[in-house]
Amino acid sequence: MTGRQEFRGLKGLKKQRRIQVILLAVVALIAATGLVGYAMRDGINFFRSPSQVVQAPPPPGEVFRIGGLVVEGSIRRGEGTEVSFAVTDTNATVPVRYSGILPDLFGEGQGMVALGRMEGDTFVATEVLAKHDETYMPKEVVDALKEQGVYVDPKARPES
Amino acid sequence: MSIWEYANPKKFMALSTRALPWAVGLTVVLLAVGLVWGFFFTPDDYKQGSTVKIIYLHVPAAMMAINVWIMMLVTSLVWIVRRHHVSALAAKAAAPVGLTFTLIALLTGALWGQPMWGTWWAWDPRLTSFLILTLFYFGYMALWAAIEDPDTAADLTSILCLVGSVFALLSRYAVNFWNQGLHQGASLSLDRQENVSNVFWLPLLVCIAGFALLFVTMVLLRTQTEIRARRLKALLARERVA
Repeated sequence: MTGRQEFRGLKGLKKQRRIQVILLAVVALIAATGLVGYAMRDGINFFRSPSQVVQAPPPPGEVFRIGGLVVEGSIRRGEGTEVSFAVTDTNATVPVRYSGILPDLFGEGQGMVALGRMEGDTFVATEVLAKHDETYMPKEVVDALKEQGVYVDPKARPES
Repeated sequence: MSIWEYANPKKFMALSTRALPWAVGLTVVLLAVGLVWGFFFTPDDYKQGSTVKIIYLHVPAAMMAINVWIMMLVTSLVWIVRRHHVSALAAKAAAPVGLTFTLIALLTGALWGQPMWGTWWAWDPRLTSFLILTLFYFGYMALWAAIEDPDTAADLTSILCLVGSVFALLSRYAVNFWNQGLHQGASLSLDRQENVSNVFWLPLLVCIAGFALLFVTMVLLRTQTEIRARRLKALLARERVA
């Protein structure tokens, strides 16, 4: 320990001042987190919903993720690993084309997230991920649907 | 009789020494029952098959990774306000245990994500904030090791812990803020019970209790070690003077 008295960090402070310092730090942290979260509120989402894509079409060539439910009866297998299907949040539907291996959980009525770009009206995916949760209902997708007030239980939804 | 009496190292040593055998025994029983039950006596899931069994490691480990950081935050704040050395040492002792839980959660998560999502890793908000929490654990331990004066080290690591709490809380609640992520929602909110079938739910609860007690055991042991190490240092210092 040095004998310096000018600045000793928290050690040189009385209890009440230490509490004040911590409270100030907490307030600053919450404010900083809130501001960062607010600034990035759109950028933090992992994927865009079909409605967002339809409402605000991304510039051609932009690579992004689209997520939603695979429309029942929309999966068409082509040559080799080619597959096409439609993804929906029940408000809007976007056709997807993909060539590659699909994850085990991928299926009609299931949640999925695809990475790729728009080519005309079709989303051409380079990677397809399946979403899951323990309820076997894509909770995040369902929440996104609920927010729009159009949520229908995917298991109860009639074949579209 | 106040709870602060246990901040006295002597009292803490006595109490923890008495509590440890019980903690060890309960940990072993709960972990053995929970893991064996989960791995061998639960049915395969209708969608995920037997891959779902990794839940018995992943969910408790991830929960504890976050809870340990919160525990470190509480003891760090107690240190800053009340200057109890045992409190600071408990935070220091908890960090490597928390880091281990974090790494288990990351590893099992990757192993689970590969067959189910189709990827080992995705830059999903929840996964990303959890990864940052991992880095905070490393940084926290490095900071303790980097500063020689124990009180300064305790002060600075406490502040680091406070900052890291942002990511501990984010990785728990990120799914509530940004619903468009890849990771599923909270696995254990109370309304969840109706969604998770009891065959999976009950062994999971036992595993979570087992992981929590494992942490209590480890943190008691490691805090005792830290206290003894500090006593030893004081003894040696006294001997040098004499």
